[in-house]
Amino acid sequence: MLIFTLKRLLSLGLSLIAASVAIFFVVEIIPGDPARLMLGINATQDAVDALRTQMGLDQGLLARYWLWASGLLQGDFGISYTYRVPVAEMVQGRVWVSLPLALYALLLSTLIAFPIGIIAAAKRGSWADWLVMGGTQLGVAIPNFWFAMIMVSILAIKYGLFSAGGFPGWDEPLAALKALTLPAFVLALPQASILARVMRSSLLDTLSEDFMRTARAKGRTARGAMVHHALRNAMIPVLTIIGLQFSFLLAGAIIIEKIFFLPGLGSMIFTAITQRDLIVVESVVMLLVFAVILVTFLVDITYALVDPRLRRRA
Amino acid sequence: MSLLEINGLKLAIGAAEILHDVSLSVDAGQITAVIGESGSGKSMTAYCVNQLLPRGARTKGNVQFNGQNMLALDESTLCQMRGKDIGMVFQEPMTALNPVQTIGAQVAETVLIHGAASKPEARKIARDTLNRVGLPEAEFPLSRYPHELSGGQRQRVVIAMAIALRPKLLIADEPTTALDVTTQAQIMDLLKRLVQEDGMGLLLISHDLGVVADVADHIVIMRKGKVVEQGATAHIFKHMQHPYTKALFEASSHKPDREAKPQDTPILEVKNLIRDYTLPRKSLFGPAPKFRAVNGVSFTLKKGESLGLVGESGCGKSTLTRAILGLETIQGGSISINGVEVKAGHTVPRTLRRNMQVVFQDPYGSFNPRHKVARLVSEPFHLLESPPKGEARKAAISEALTAVGMHANDADKYIHEFSGGQRQRIAIARALIIKPELIILDEAVSALDVSIRAQILDLLAELSDKLGLSYLFISHDLSVVRAITDRVMVMKSGEIVEEGATEAIFQTPQHDYTRALLAAAPSLEDLMQ
Repeated sequence: MLIFTLKRLLSLGLSLIAASVAIFFVVEIIPGDPARLMLGINATQDAVDALRTQMGLDQGLLARYWLWASGLLQGDFGISYTYRVPVAEMVQGRVWVSLPLALYALLLSTLIAFPIGIIAAAKRGSWADWLVMGGTQLGVAIPNFWFAMIMVSILAIKYGLFSAGGFPGWDEPLAALKALTLPAFVLALPQASILARVMRSSLLDTLSEDFMRTARAKGRTARGAMVHHALRNAMIPVLTIIGLQFSFLLAGAIIIEKIFFLPGLGSMIFTAITQRDLIVVESVVMLLVFAVILVTFLVDITYALVDPRLRRRA
Repeated sequence: MSLLEINGLKLAIGAAEILHDVSLSVDAGQITAVIGESGSGKSMTAYCVNQLLPRGARTKGNVQFNGQNMLALDESTLCQMRGKDIGMVFQEPMTALNPVQTIGAQVAETVLIHGAASKPEARKIARDTLNRVGLPEAEFPLSRYPHELSGGQRQRVVIAMAIALRPKLLIADEPTTALDVTTQAQIMDLLKRLVQEDGMGLLLISHDLGVVADVADHIVIMRKGKVVEQGATAHIFKHMQHPYTKALFEASSHKPDREAKPQDTPILEVKNLIRDYTLPRKSLFGPAPKFRAVNGVSFTLKKGESLGLVGESGCGKSTLTRAILGLETIQGGSISINGVEVKAGHTVPRTLRRNMQVVFQDPYGSFNPRHKVARLVSEPFHLLESPPKGEARKAAISEALTAVGMHANDADKYIHEFSGGQRQRIAIARALIIKPELIILDEAVSALDVSIRAQILDLLAELSDKLGLSYLFISHDLSVVRAITDRVMVMKSGEIVEEGATEAIFQTPQHDYTRALLAAAPSLEDLMQ
């Protein structure tokens, strides 16, 4: 298990290096000169050149990559081209909205998906199964911006149960949680629908395995066999999906952030791209990549904890 | 009153009638063997006893166990009896254990479910039971996982789970079918010993007469959901009445008539063949360890000859086959096909591969279910430079199909429309279509029922007579190899330990390993005398 973890860590490091190189060079390829853009079309070439030197844009690609990458390691994300403030500061405020929102949505998604997925598999072919299959189909199909607006107009505006938008900050934890609940729920619904379906089909596969029959022959009840033997074996595909969903939730919430006026990473990166604030784009994308790679690493470790056969391979 | 008495048992699943009026009995301390081919309902009869039936199953009749009618009991009573009064052992040891739990936990589970002991006591019972089934603590601590064990060892764990609470009745559903001959003999001995020690009744389900014949006290022959004949083992062997029983015995020891005489020219020559596999690295640095699956194997296969290759799983026979077929690169020695030599570091090229075809074991898994038979059978055409097109192609497909006893019209059907035996015929047709000189039969009849197996063996004999084919016949089943080959090689740990004319090897084996194999293999002929 130790060797397995070390190997996964090594691969995590290599992925990060590869990702940073890819992100840096792809962003560099995008046409347009940030200095020219900041100063406007009427600026003199001298002024633009001076700014380029100041921003370090006149140096070679490799040198710039090294500056950027070594800065990242020390927590120095560079200075935003547009706002002239450290990117790290800009990101910090945003991460504490996006990360809790993603975790919250993931928690809701799992809490909804696990029970209904398990019930659907256990009562395969029954009305409960039909209901779950139909409901999740709908959950995947409903566009979440529309669903968000419906939720806002009913739960927030009509009944005032949740706030309709905005974020009060973490100084008031309860109010912050209340502000995140509705967006998290809206984000969680399609994810939960997918997860419930994966849970159901993975569990159904496991239920038809030979060792389930062995468990019954030992005297386990149908439910006991499900709890003690099927669930853990059915977890591998479910974990895979959870890992993918977390990555998506962290960065994929732009529309929901807009609807609920949440100052998250998604809306920040969107603005940065339109302003050609490359250093912000690079840094935020790198941060997201880091999060995804970290989640993948954690999922890999969990695989090995769940299934002893995977510990030997790496 | 017997321990288990089944009277007039009927079983239907949905609209299909599976069992009609089955009656049999098992006494304490005795072994009753139920023999039948696939679809005979033998396994379903067993599942009726502990009521582990598929959904929608309806039963009628009487299954009297220990004074209770099992068909009348409710589910919670049945759960209390399963594992405690009735243990069960399954066919597939590789999949019968939960892969994510230790063997200790799984054996102890039987005890814990029934509240028969506390956790530490249950672990102690698990340890004792594993010792009893031949898995001593030093090598097999409770913390082992199933994937760390071989098939035979896993089957011992399954048996340990079944007998942990010393049940009155043990049901074993094809317990040795997936195992090697020597392992099979050991497992049968173990079951027999446990029956004697615990005074358990054993209901043994099998398709193989040879396996059960020398352990069973009582034999029940089933066919299409009915019992056709039953009686004491010795009596059945001497005075079998029913024609099906006789046919079953005949088919089990069937020897096809072969007339083909091997010529002197070799078709295949293998010299000092070496095949290494790279294993996963043990440490992060240093070279990856290697496993030598085939170690210096040499042999010659003549035109028109049928050569057998026997050995247990893991001995390297499949690796050897893949190297000959050109699916893998060889690391040492050479392979010559029709005099053209392929040296170490190379793979057998396509031009040579068209002289050979292969038929695999699994008639279900070796076909793409979405293609029609015509396309499946004509697959080897890609080995030819100018494969026949249009009418010529159709003619070739019909010729191949008719040669194996199928109809030319079958070309337009899909593979799921055929039975296991028919599929194996189609697999042979696929091998024949480019008119190869050598066919490699990799456990080609192992998955078939005895009567179907007899037909396929006849077909193979007929084809070699007619077309002058050479066979390399790979099997773990010694009786089949004896029936169809001229010469036989015995393989162990990547090496050929003995080689010679088939009858000579079977009658006077020289190597210890060959003797052990032959001793372990059940032989009906000996029992009949």
